[in-house]
Amino acid sequence: MKEHDIERLHARNNQVHLSFSNIMLVFVLFFLFIPLIVVVTYSFNETKEMNFTGFTLQWYKKLFTDSSALWAAFTNSLLVAMLSSITATILGSMAAIGIKWYQFKARKAIISVSYLPMVLPEVIVGVSMLIFFSSLNINLGLFTIYIAHTTFNLPFVFLLVSARLDEFDYSTIEAARDLGATETQSLFKVVIPSILPGILSGLLMSVTMSLEDFVITFFVTGAGSDTLPLYVYSQIRYGVSPVINALSMIVILGTMALAWVCKSFLKTIAANS
Amino acid sequence: MTQEIIFRTIHCTNDLPYGGIGKPLNTFPVAASHITRAFGDFKALDDVSVTINAGEFFSLLGPSGCGKTTLLRIIAGFDYPDSGSLTFDGKDILDLPPEKRHVNTIFQTYALFPHLSVYDNIAFALKLKKRSKEEIDEKVWRFVRMVQLEDHVFKKPSQLSGGQKQRVAIARALINEPNVLLLDEPLSALDAKLRQNLLVELDKIHDQVGITFIYVTHDQSEALSVSDHIAVMNKGKVLQIGTPYEIYEAPATEFVAKFIGETNYYPATVVSFESYKDEYLVKALVPELGGEVLVTDFEPQEPGKEVAYTVRPEKVHIATELHTKADRLINSYSGVVEEPVYSGFQSKYFVKLDNGSTVKVLKQHENYMDDGPDIEWKDHVYVSWSAEDGFLIKEMGQ
Repeated sequence: MKEHDIERLHARNNQVHLSFSNIMLVFVLFFLFIPLIVVVTYSFNETKEMNFTGFTLQWYKKLFTDSSALWAAFTNSLLVAMLSSITATILGSMAAIGIKWYQFKARKAIISVSYLPMVLPEVIVGVSMLIFFSSLNINLGLFTIYIAHTTFNLPFVFLLVSARLDEFDYSTIEAARDLGATETQSLFKVVIPSILPGILSGLLMSVTMSLEDFVITFFVTGAGSDTLPLYVYSQIRYGVSPVINALSMIVILGTMALAWVCKSFLKTIAANS
Repeated sequence: MTQEIIFRTIHCTNDLPYGGIGKPLNTFPVAASHITRAFGDFKALDDVSVTINAGEFFSLLGPSGCGKTTLLRIIAGFDYPDSGSLTFDGKDILDLPPEKRHVNTIFQTYALFPHLSVYDNIAFALKLKKRSKEEIDEKVWRFVRMVQLEDHVFKKPSQLSGGQKQRVAIARALINEPNVLLLDEPLSALDAKLRQNLLVELDKIHDQVGITFIYVTHDQSEALSVSDHIAVMNKGKVLQIGTPYEIYEAPATEFVAKFIGETNYYPATVVSFESYKDEYLVKALVPELGGEVLVTDFEPQEPGKEVAYTVRPEKVHIATELHTKADRLINSYSGVVEEPVYSGFQSKYFVKLDNGSTVKVLKQHENYMDDGPDIEWKDHVYVSWSAEDGFLIKEMGQ
């Protein structure tokens, strides 16, 4: 190939074409990010108006000094997210291990049932939870939210850990037993470290889903136990407060930081296994 | 790669008496008697009894599904028989869990711990026993040197080749100082050349550590080349236990004769017998060979008995002229070479006899000092073998 040919090839690769895939790319990016940019921009807007009048940090100040109801909701969200994700991770991992390696009656039935909360519409799950709790006379509140979140988080943990277990060679456990480990020791020294990436991604996924859930939480919440999404929704009914915009900005930054930390963390684990 | 392994094998075994691991380990005999194990309707083991002497290299040989791995798993403690008994050194150990038996296993899939380095894999058993750091370190390095993995100590199993993984598995099992080492088709995942080298190495390690090796394989050439004794299994039963020589030269049943090596196999009927040297000379009617054959046997055979007559292809002499030897009783047949198969150091000929039956012949290629012209397709030849080279199979159908 002659030199000018190569140059022409490079030029062609660098040219942006008006092809279908490029147009789709622009559309997708536009719809994904424009709302976020708008929210971020308005969080620095002086007035509540929909046109930009001047730069200010007053909404951030208000967010951190004068929004106790918001922070109470945030604490609720965090508390529920932590507890439900940890519970779901423990239960889901144990379920995955049990179903993978132990033979018992109704094993197949349990596998299909455990995916139900994942595939059912959230409204159905929410309504049935509500009916269930009220028929048992359980007061709606943080506890019921915790139970509900654990329920819908469980299948995700189960799925992720099961996938990891499928790659795990059972004779590794026999090797551990063979070398003198008891059943418990082989669980903690061999099985759990090997499937740890699956367990951790299950945990992270649970935290995220619990933090953002609206529909199911809406059905099972009680007076004074609003989570952050519910609180934000209730505020928006009285017009968009720029404080919410400021909160959005904080959440966007926080999520990006978390995603970055998780990615590099999971990468180190993956590199070590 | 392969070159390197050959070099290392020689280097390792010559330099380090007892493989550099100190002393030969203690060992004991293993006896399984009347063991039966069924999975649903499938009988994996059907009244199996084997006795394995202390310190020997014992192979369980058979096709897949013959029960050999099940027997090994019962000895290791991963499976439990429905009936029968298992003793180590005369003591019944069926109730002991795997971690309490002084045996260790090399698994077919290596079963290394994926999250641990080579070092930590090998140190696993010692760490469980809460040995001191210095003791662990000193011992791990000794075994690392024994399996020649010094350059790979801090790698993860995923960074190793198949042969290296196998060496880690060997070191990890032997560091535990087992009295018996169980090997479950340890070489089946490796390529043919590497397999041969590792097999020789395993044999040397066996000589160095001096413990009983129980080796499960479906590869008859592996079993023949390293074992002290072989148990040939099929369909959950032990068909024959013997030295490699006995198994090959005097197979007890039809299955053993056909599974070990290659053979010409024909149904036969005993006609008569007479004393001959220390043995008996049996005359048997073999319809496929078109008449009677002479065959020696250790026992007198009752005339009229239905048996099978078999002769190994390499025992058959093939020549364009009739072969005679005055002091030998020889069976000779004439035929035509139907299919010569050249494979380098040897050739295989399918010779169609005048009566239509086929005799397989293996001929080693020697050199031009070897007399006689090359045998080619459609050549008219004589196949012959001595009465001592054929044998009778009395147990047919299994």
